[in-house]
Amino acid sequence: MTDDDRGTVPPETLLELRGIVKQFPGVRALDGVDLLVRAGEVHCLLGQNGAGKSTLIKTVAGVNQPDEGSLHWLGEEVRFPTPLAAIKAGIATIYQELDFVADLTVAENIFLGHERSSGGFLQRARANREATALLTRLGHGDIAPTRRMGALSPAAQQIVSMARALSHETRVLVLDEPSAVLDQEEVRNLFRVVRGLVAEGVGVVYISHRLEEIREIGDRITVLKDGRTVATGLAVADTPTSELIRLMTGRSIEYVFPERTVAPPDDDRRPVLEVEGLAQAGVFEDVSFTVGAGEIVGLTGLVGAGRSEILEAVYGARRPTRGEVRVDGRRLRRGSVDRAVRAGMGLCPEERKSQGLLLDEAVSRNITVSSMGRFARAGFLDEARERRAAEELTTSLDVRPTGVTRAVRTLSGGNQQKVVLARWLMRECRVLLLDEPTRGVDVGARAEIYRLVRDLADAGVAVVVVSSEIEEVLGLSDRVLVVREGRVVHSAPAADLDESQVLDLVMEGRAA
Amino acid sequence: MTESTTGVAAPLTKAPAADPPPPRGRSTSPLAALTGSGVGRNLGLVVALLILCGVGAATAGERFADLDNALTILRLAAAVGVVSIGMTFVITGGGIDLSVGAILALSSVWCTTVATQTMANDVHWSTMVIAAIAVGAGCGLVNGLLIAYGGVVPFIATLAMLASARGLAEILSNRRTQIVEVPGFDAFFGAEVLGIEVPVLLFVLVAIAGWVLLNRTTFGRRTVAVGGNPEAARLAGINVKRHTLMLYVLLGVCCGIAALMLIARTSTGSSTHGMLYELDAIAAVVIGGTLLAGGRGTIVGTVLGVLIFTTLTNVFTLNNRSISEQALLKGAIIVVAVLLQQRFARRSDSS
Repeated sequence: MTDDDRGTVPPETLLELRGIVKQFPGVRALDGVDLLVRAGEVHCLLGQNGAGKSTLIKTVAGVNQPDEGSLHWLGEEVRFPTPLAAIKAGIATIYQELDFVADLTVAENIFLGHERSSGGFLQRARANREATALLTRLGHGDIAPTRRMGALSPAAQQIVSMARALSHETRVLVLDEPSAVLDQEEVRNLFRVVRGLVAEGVGVVYISHRLEEIREIGDRITVLKDGRTVATGLAVADTPTSELIRLMTGRSIEYVFPERTVAPPDDDRRPVLEVEGLAQAGVFEDVSFTVGAGEIVGLTGLVGAGRSEILEAVYGARRPTRGEVRVDGRRLRRGSVDRAVRAGMGLCPEERKSQGLLLDEAVSRNITVSSMGRFARAGFLDEARERRAAEELTTSLDVRPTGVTRAVRTLSGGNQQKVVLARWLMRECRVLLLDEPTRGVDVGARAEIYRLVRDLADAGVAVVVVSSEIEEVLGLSDRVLVVREGRVVHSAPAADLDESQVLDLVMEGRAA
Repeated sequence: MTESTTGVAAPLTKAPAADPPPPRGRSTSPLAALTGSGVGRNLGLVVALLILCGVGAATAGERFADLDNALTILRLAAAVGVVSIGMTFVITGGGIDLSVGAILALSSVWCTTVATQTMANDVHWSTMVIAAIAVGAGCGLVNGLLIAYGGVVPFIATLAMLASARGLAEILSNRRTQIVEVPGFDAFFGAEVLGIEVPVLLFVLVAIAGWVLLNRTTFGRRTVAVGGNPEAARLAGINVKRHTLMLYVLLGVCCGIAALMLIARTSTGSSTHGMLYELDAIAAVVIGGTLLAGGRGTIVGTVLGVLIFTTLTNVFTLNNRSISEQALLKGAIIVVAVLLQQRFARRSDSS
């Protein structure tokens, strides 16, 4: 079934979408989308946030029903009234936020909903055996089927999710930003798995913001913009990056990093943020660094190296076992976020939706949540003044769509990130901690966020940026700290490092 | 202020007005748009209440449609109403309290012991008020400490309090009903202002104070934030633990006030006071439109929810129908109200 005689016969068309339109109240999320996925190809779906990628894959997965247009599966027009119908047909979707039951085992998760059983009794041994077979097919026979799902790393969880997809007769696999939570080694591993599947004749729809990944793994590209297909079936090999960016944005831009401020931070002045001997048993050890006013310090390393944990401990969201944090020379109480905020710190957390935002609340309330005191007299809020202040900020940050009373849930990733940044601008914080500030943010909004961070630094804020994208850390920071296995292994001005050096440090712990 | 500012629904309902281009109301039917909004939700409750009043007037005639009867309903609603206002805060903040009835009982017993009554007669009757509120606040404090700082799940912590507080009330009172003989207390709570009794007025005052606190203050805003996304609230610099603690203390205080109302109405303190108040309060809060999962709360909805249940009881009593029938209908109302709410919630989510 999965035999694919490339070269002799044209590759089989698995899935075809023609003129798909999906209307939500007030928004035309999809406005005529065409897509054709063949067996044995990696078809990349590109587009900025809000271009309609999520709506599109939900339509393919049977979560949404298209209002117009047609869906063709193996040459026949079909409808997927439910997600189950799509899965049964052979389309598996792995969403960015993995869905699994953390307290069940790997095998139980793989066969969730179609358990291996006989007469209502579970056949555990058979399930475990078949799970191992599936995992081995993905090159991960090392994941024990009896392990608790929640105990696995995000990368392993993703592999198990793919095994679950394969446990059905899957012919099209949709991966929504699969690399977002992975470090470089894990991404490489993921690509190996994807190539293996493609060789078996599976069609893969691959969504990513990282153009370089698409270069590496993709065969053809479809570009969405404002709910429309602006280009489809472009061969990855013959399409220059600049062309892709132009198609996605409608204008030509590259990753632009704002220029560093020429004058280096004044060494005589006391640094704004001082971290000394910070440690948490088993997580990170002996972390010391300082950040001056106007300086951007980048923290990079593999996922799991302890970057985010260090940031959280500095912010008081995690209680360190040793060490201290000082802001403007004043020592902060360990493990107390509200003290840190009062001392002038602000954090834009890694998980914007679950840690950063009150999704159902208005934009204005998300912005003022950390500085409500400014708008209150004896505890009573002056809402008009609050709204005006929020409006000023959203206008200057160009948050779209405008209107601070709309729920922040309705904004795209980039605009949501701007809202979180606006919160700390409102607070006029002295130290800004950014954890993966551009994750899930499209190319255009990225440049704006970089600009904003640099402007804040120029205004005298001390900034710490955690990012797994080495390019971002090098481009944005003044100084780079490389974290490996819970220790800071290297610290150098960003200008003195290049990408391959950092990569070596990240992987090996020493410069080549 | 209009109702549209009640709870978190406000920004949603205001959004179309602030942004002229995509008017959501146009794509759905006007009725759906109205019922989906904060105003509409409360309007639905008002309609339900009016229907109930219609049924009452039709079946019991003048015995129902009478000012005295209206005051009777309010008098009955007062104690459970005050508890429900407090409960609205706890539920909006992402918690639950099963111990309110028991706290009320303990409060009523503690402030009517011979010792307290003697002191009330010797010093001032307000000793009883202070005792009742202090006991309520104390129980709330224990609940709050266990939940916020001890990491005990609210359901379990307050379940334990439910058992213990009523047990302690029985020990203190020796399971006897304690009759109140404090003239000053009776005079205050028995007084009428413009023909309305003090307990009813207290209920109105607590409701207004609750509305202001939830909708107009930093405390209320933080309550919504803590209930909506505790992690995000914490990382935004809100002291979530302390706030949670305060929510339970606030509810404890409400229980103390409710205990005083019940003492005034029955002239007794008893370990059987406030039986099943936890269920009545939670039911009223939930049919009022407060999200049981936290993050959205409405005081006006809660007040309407309380009035609906109390009026229902009144109509049944006037018609000499059994309590069992009443309970059956109450259950049905809860289910229907929640089902309707979910439909409206889905409709407003999809936009």
